Amino acid sequence: MKPKQQSVTRLPLIGARQVALLEKLSNACAVSGDEGEVRRIVQDELKSVADEMKHDALGNLLVIRKARTESFLKVMIAAHMDEVGFMIVDKEEGGLFRFEMVGGVSKSHLAGKAVWVGTKHHYGVIGAKAIHLISPEELKSPISLENLRIDMGPGGSDHARVGDRATFATTFRRVGPSLIGKALDNRLGVATLIELVKHAPMHIELQAAFTVQEEIGARGASVAAYALQPDLAIALDSTPAYDLPDWDGQENTRYNTRLGFGPAIYVADAGTISDPRLISFLVATAEQYRIPYQIRQPGGGGTDAGAIHRSRAGVPSVSVSIPGRYAHTPAGLCRISDWRHTLALLYHALQDITPSILETERRMP
Amino acid sequence: MIELTPFLKKLLGLPGLSAYETPVREAIAETWQPLVDELMVSRVGSLHGLKRGVAPEPRPRLLLAAHMDAVGLMVSGIVEGFLRITEVGGVDNRILPGQLVTVHGQRDLPGVVVQPPDFLLPLEQRGKPVRREFLLVDVGLTPDEVGKLIRVGDPVSFAQQPFELPGEALVGHSLDNRASVAALTVCLDELQHMVCGWDVWAVATAQEEETFLGAYTSPFDIRPNMALVVDVTHAKGPGGNDYRTYGLGKGVVLGWGPNIHPGLHKAVKELAERLEVPFQIEPMPRHSGTDAYAIQITAEGIPCMVLSIPLRYMHTPVELVSLKDIYRTGHLLAEFIARLKPDFIQKVTWEEPS
Repeated sequence: MKPKQQSVTRLPLIGARQVALLEKLSNACAVSGDEGEVRRIVQDELKSVADEMKHDALGNLLVIRKARTESFLKVMIAAHMDEVGFMIVDKEEGGLFRFEMVGGVSKSHLAGKAVWVGTKHHYGVIGAKAIHLISPEELKSPISLENLRIDMGPGGSDHARVGDRATFATTFRRVGPSLIGKALDNRLGVATLIELVKHAPMHIELQAAFTVQEEIGARGASVAAYALQPDLAIALDSTPAYDLPDWDGQENTRYNTRLGFGPAIYVADAGTISDPRLISFLVATAEQYRIPYQIRQPGGGGTDAGAIHRSRAGVPSVSVSIPGRYAHTPAGLCRISDWRHTLALLYHALQDITPSILETERRMP
Repeated sequence: MIELTPFLKKLLGLPGLSAYETPVREAIAETWQPLVDELMVSRVGSLHGLKRGVAPEPRPRLLLAAHMDAVGLMVSGIVEGFLRITEVGGVDNRILPGQLVTVHGQRDLPGVVVQPPDFLLPLEQRGKPVRREFLLVDVGLTPDEVGKLIRVGDPVSFAQQPFELPGEALVGHSLDNRASVAALTVCLDELQHMVCGWDVWAVATAQEEETFLGAYTSPFDIRPNMALVVDVTHAKGPGGNDYRTYGLGKGVVLGWGPNIHPGLHKAVKELAERLEVPFQIEPMPRHSGTDAYAIQITAEGIPCMVLSIPLRYMHTPVELVSLKDIYRTGHLLAEFIARLKPDFIQKVTWEEPS
């Protein structure tokens, strides 16, 4: 039987209010290094429940829910606020601007898209030369970045400045069981962490790190972990689901994760080998509460855990991701059910976690 | 003066792929209704609006044509809940990944065009622009639901919503050729305050992007004495600045070539000079790529002239035009029509303008 104090909060759900918040977060623009718009939304959401709220030297937002018990675990959960996008790097005549990519934006997804530029979200377009003017040879080569500009309109030269950030102008929408948005990676994580902070248990110190600059090398997470000194950490992110059909009908065995199969628990990526005790604990929690989960196929990629787990003398860490298709393109797509199950898994994990987790053997169940 | 922006934004928010023009045609009909004496739909779905002239019978007839159909995609297969696609009209595959689309299935379904990761593509496609047959559309539904709601052959249109840009510019997915439909609308609106001799048949044609069907059939119905065709042409812009492109916002573009009657060209050009309407000349050495190609050889042959509106990024969902050019084109058309003498066309001969 659990102590009474642990059951004062109830499992948070994904309802209209949570979807509306994710919409606001996904439509906000927060290219790595310029996360203010998302940070302000998170601050507004959490200022009434936070015991402490810090805004550090890089722009991380560190939100603490203190333990109400004498001895307690310090559990850091990191969700990066930033997204991939563009920076305006040169102004040309007639409202045309040259741009560069920030983070791993897919180059094959640039042409023929609308963008939002600057803090006022001014519209612009990344056009493409008309097909009528292109030779058959040229059609076989990728469109060179050299030929692309952000076009703010013939009278738009004052609507952008060199240094402004830009993102794809994709408005969030719900489609049946799915959600489409430009920055589901990682506003899904941010929205989930907001719920976890609101429903934090009393026997741990929850250190919610809304981090910056993940997309350009998990730079925010590294200083956040140093400052927070957690006992263990969970990076909460959105990982690619490559669950598409193979071109010739062969089985797709390299899907990474699949939509509809629940939260993706990381065993290993290019930056971190997850702490086996945390993997076991999450798996056991999912099974106990009958929450669907999947193990992300071990391989490349990386999350904030890569920076956190080697902070100071080391932090036992694991990553949990909400699977999402088409990250780093104009329109990502995820399932509401995976989001709900990720929230449920982490909620129960925080409720049930005890210091003994770090005293067990480092092995899988 | 008619407010173009709301009208055009409404059109640009509607689908209307070649052969599936009904949504856009209905919106055009609603705006044209008060501007014409009669409105009808042709056997192939073109919209015909007749504004009667005052000259005695047999009254000469002018065809004013702009196609209303749009390029887009079509479902060509369904695999594990994802759609394979083919194109309607000419679309560069390289602009497709990441485009938001609407699949017109049992109901309209939002979706996104997807480029599968390299490991799911044939070896020779990796790291290259992915051919259309390997792209997919994801509508975010389960394979079961997709099977119930979508079938092969369903049209897929671009879902990019229109928006304005500073400098009187507008962006949208089918400004080719709804910008020209707007120019016809400006013309009809100006004609309300003018007396004109000729019957004016304003026609929003169907299926230009595929077969020019509307442009072959409407003039057969109407048997005009001449035709003015309005379409878009390429505006100078990033990636395209050569001799085949024209200044954006720098005026109406007057076509010249075998699809165009030189006498008619001369008359329109002289009027533009007289009225100080800025214009540019576009050589069209062969096929004009417009409805004039079909109209010219309908029945016993029809004298044609092409007026074009410069547009950037043609056949992408972010086509961009200057509203000034649309107003100028509509204005020039109205002034030209209002000045037409009943015997104008008899006096125009196929010869080099001096």
